[in-house]
Amino acid sequence: MVLLQRPHILLLLIDTHQFLQCWIAFGSANEEGQQQEEFSEELLVKPLPDHKLLAHFHFQSSAPPSTSNGCHHHLFPKAISQLVQKFRVKEMELSFTQGRWNYESWGGFDPISSSNAKPPGVELWAVFDVPQHHIDASWKNLTHTLSGLFCASINFLESTATYSTPEWSFPPASGNVRYGTLPCEAVCTENLTPWLKLLPCRDKAAIALLLDRPSLYRGFYHSQRLHLTSTESSSEGIDSGIILEQTLTVVLQPNSERAIEVHASEKHVQPSWSLSSIFGKQVSGRCVLAKSSSVYLLLDRGLVAELKFPNKENGKSAANGLTSENFWSNPSFELSVNPDRIFLEESSSHSKSLSILYMFQVEKYSESEPFDIGLMWKVPVAWLCQQTPLHASRFFMGSGNERGAIAISLKSTQFTEGFMSANSKDGSCELRVDVFQVVPWYVKVYFHSLRVFVDQQPRAVSDFIEKIHVSPSKDKMSPGVMEVVLKLPCRVNTAALTIEFDKGFLRIDEYPPDANQGFDIPSAIISFPNFHASMVFLEDDSLNRSPLLSKFQEKCPVMSYTEVLLVPLTTPDFSMPYNVITIKCTVFALYFGSLLNVLQRRVAEEERFLKAKAAKKTGRLPLLLSKLSAKLRGRRREPLHSPPSSSSFINSKLVLKVILVAGLAVGWQYFFS
Amino acid sequence: MEKVKKKIGSFSFWNWVTASIIFRLILIYFPKNLNLSSRPEVSTPLTSFRRLAEGYWLKQSFMSPYAGSMYHGSPLLLSLLGPLTINRIEGQPNHLLYSLVSVIADVVSAMLIRATGQNLRLAYLRSLESLDLVKQIEVSGDIAALIYLCNPFTIVACVGLSTSPIENMAVILCLYGACSRLIPLAAFGWVIATHLSLYSAILIIPVIFLLGCGPDSPPRKLFLQRHQQKEVLNQSKLPPRFSWGPVIHFAFWAFLWSVYVLVLCGISLKQFGGLWEMFKSTYGFILTVEDLSPNIGVLWYFFAEVFEFFRNFFLIVFHVNILFMILPLAIRLRHRPCYLAFVYVAICSMLKSYPSVGDSALYLGLLGWFVNELADMQFSLFLFCGYVGVSLLSPVMHNLWIWRGTGNANFYFATAMVYACLQIVLVVEGVSAMLNHDRKLRNLITGKPQDAKS
Repeated sequence: MVLLQRPHILLLLIDTHQFLQCWIAFGSANEEGQQQEEFSEELLVKPLPDHKLLAHFHFQSSAPPSTSNGCHHHLFPKAISQLVQKFRVKEMELSFTQGRWNYESWGGFDPISSSNAKPPGVELWAVFDVPQHHIDASWKNLTHTLSGLFCASINFLESTATYSTPEWSFPPASGNVRYGTLPCEAVCTENLTPWLKLLPCRDKAAIALLLDRPSLYRGFYHSQRLHLTSTESSSEGIDSGIILEQTLTVVLQPNSERAIEVHASEKHVQPSWSLSSIFGKQVSGRCVLAKSSSVYLLLDRGLVAELKFPNKENGKSAANGLTSENFWSNPSFELSVNPDRIFLEESSSHSKSLSILYMFQVEKYSESEPFDIGLMWKVPVAWLCQQTPLHASRFFMGSGNERGAIAISLKSTQFTEGFMSANSKDGSCELRVDVFQVVPWYVKVYFHSLRVFVDQQPRAVSDFIEKIHVSPSKDKMSPGVMEVVLKLPCRVNTAALTIEFDKGFLRIDEYPPDANQGFDIPSAIISFPNFHASMVFLEDDSLNRSPLLSKFQEKCPVMSYTEVLLVPLTTPDFSMPYNVITIKCTVFALYFGSLLNVLQRRVAEEERFLKAKAAKKTGRLPLLLSKLSAKLRGRRREPLHSPPSSSSFINSKLVLKVILVAGLAVGWQYFFS
Repeated sequence: MEKVKKKIGSFSFWNWVTASIIFRLILIYFPKNLNLSSRPEVSTPLTSFRRLAEGYWLKQSFMSPYAGSMYHGSPLLLSLLGPLTINRIEGQPNHLLYSLVSVIADVVSAMLIRATGQNLRLAYLRSLESLDLVKQIEVSGDIAALIYLCNPFTIVACVGLSTSPIENMAVILCLYGACSRLIPLAAFGWVIATHLSLYSAILIIPVIFLLGCGPDSPPRKLFLQRHQQKEVLNQSKLPPRFSWGPVIHFAFWAFLWSVYVLVLCGISLKQFGGLWEMFKSTYGFILTVEDLSPNIGVLWYFFAEVFEFFRNFFLIVFHVNILFMILPLAIRLRHRPCYLAFVYVAICSMLKSYPSVGDSALYLGLLGWFVNELADMQFSLFLFCGYVGVSLLSPVMHNLWIWRGTGNANFYFATAMVYACLQIVLVVEGVSAMLNHDRKLRNLITGKPQDAKS
């Protein structure tokens, strides 16, 4: 702990002694009541229906919007602030993900899933605050910087063939957005360590202590995300308040002893877990630099509805009476630690039941008395997470390596049925779906072949597509981008978009070393802009608001990512370049030589003509010359009775003879061996 | 008797024409089963129907048709043929109208070939008469037209919805105009052919010879020799000297038509990138060989395999290879401009960046004009068998490589290589046979014993 505090003390020393001016300015800023640099850490744990557990770490650092403290930072990572200042990043999000978010069983309609479920690999988007023609240069520099910061091959996103400019379907709609993904990037601890370095306490204290690498990477899904917003950035771009939000979302399988004991008899009982059992560590003490560090346990709407808490109807009064024992001593489960506070969700429009949040403050615990929350299930519970209005999946059609088609299929979920019944009063109920699809240039999409199938019937494209924006791919220059706004009737069961493509052919040096593995097509983003995933919890004090909970309250549209597709491309023979070059050049030489030979060949008459000319002149020199030239040509000088037959004929005869001899030799060999 | 024979001949000619049209129509009614429009032999990036449809779609959605790397054809084709890509008639095959346009283009080309062939034959007979070497010549126009119409390559290109029937028609129109001395028509054909595919530009040389000296005839030297022998110099019987009048006329019309075409293109691309973008993505695309998808040529594999460092060098070498042969051929075959045009077309279809069977169909059709002269060409059986073999093997190898994944690219490249070799042999032997034919004529005139072999 002392060791950890040292940089802080050092910083103070530097501040006071060497940069007095800075310090004064900082102090005055403090006096003005401006925000200080803040850091808070939170962990949210949520049981998932398929016996898994979601752990969502949320670290938030913020730097105040002031020029006063210059380039010196208290808590905020300097690398990030420099990056923001240098490239004028307005907003940026970088995510490293491994595994696929299971929208069907882990839900897709809550703030966690719609903003933290990310496509496999690396996804990066950034909004810049620079003039239009500088954006690409800024993006290039940004990718290189991030690549160095996070030890990942993000620099592959620098070429124009890999990133795209979404026009309006991507949420931070603006012309200055750049979006790129690397679906095949392998994510591992070398990316996590630099990410943790940005935290003031690293992974040495409090909640970050739980980030035990083996247990994290054993999970089914993990996604580390870095979201950056620089607010009120002025034209100079220096005095901007930066909010850095680092989240790590993991889906783990708790395997407690009790679950093993009873699994034969009671399969439906959710496994009981504790932080120490899933992470192998306990939270001991707090990070002294953190403003708040707390752990939440979220029971989502479906689960709450299943558990049938008492006083559900008059939730408001219950939330006020925090001491109400009903919420945590429930017949169906038991918490090992008493929660400090309980939040009830405000009534939501899409669901009848409300979710419950238990809050535990880590500050109270110390090294001698570590914090370890556990949940013990007593009775089997089965519930469903709230799903996206339509479940999206994407697949390839066709076979062979010449062409194919991409299909994006949307299936209605149980949510849509509920929504439909809710809105059945007004007849014209429409469901708006935005599809954002980027395809690399070697998948040559024919946009005119876009087809819409609604309830498995081919329908006219114009009936359901309200708006479409397409930027076709240019070979080796830019990827193809398709943004479509679909207006589907609410009663729709299935809808599908298909689009045909031709597979491109690359040069041999454009193939990766494992060329036969195939190429990844990034996920399509399906968003439902009419639906907002937000959870508003009733809080009594708005001042001491937790960043995680305020994040939950933001209205973000429901989004889901489709699968990454693997497209196999035809490969040329990689060992052939020299053979191809030589064979091709030989054939060209054959053409060139033989045609020229035919054109300039002088048979008989020209020589006779020369001879006649020589005889007429009867000079000695011309005669000699003609002799010489005849010799040089290697022909007999006097082709009187039998002029030389054409060379091609000789050739063909010769070729026949050679073939005959070769055939005889082969036959001989075969016969005698 | 002669007349009756002729009637029978023409009757069977029309029979064949109807049969080939009916055959095309039958094939058009099975487009799904054949899938010819996506065969690499038929649809290259320049002639593909799907790319045309994509270009039209982009244009309809207020984007430049050249926005992606899909469409590389002319904007005029988009305006003319584009609407046909989406028009559908209920209960009929999808692209019936477009197919009908291709069929009509084919038939028109065949008729033009026939007319040109008859022209050539008359002119040739006249010049032989003036050399006192009258012999019976078959009606080569009919043969050429029938070769063009019944060639499987032409049929496949027509049914496969590629744009090559239209390109071929422009080339033939140009030659027809030059042969029948319809200078505006010749200029129009040449400008359109050049606009549609860059390589037709070199046809300006045979067209100038055609307009300057008239159609194919034995070398002028022979006429002079003949008259020297007879000791009478009858100027009227000599073939005309090169006259610059029609050539200047042609140049004027060619200029006019090209301005017209460019203005039309400019108007249709006004709100997009303009003419520069058009040149970059049509001619530039042809010259830089950007698309490496397999075709029956040899450049795609070469540029897929060659090291990036040498790419520009080889691009220059291969394109200059076409230009290199222009001058020697023009000098040697200047008295036979139509044959020169045939050789140029054959060389282009052999060396062009994105060849298709439609190009082969064109020069094979033109070959029909010279059946008499090329009667003693060598290797003709070998060439015929080679063409048949390659056109059967190439789809098999493509299937093995692309669809089944059991073969590799070399299999397909080998057939492309063999095809290139066949075309080389055809060109070389054809030129050689034509030169030998001239020699034979000279020997007949000078009375020297004829060489058996040469």
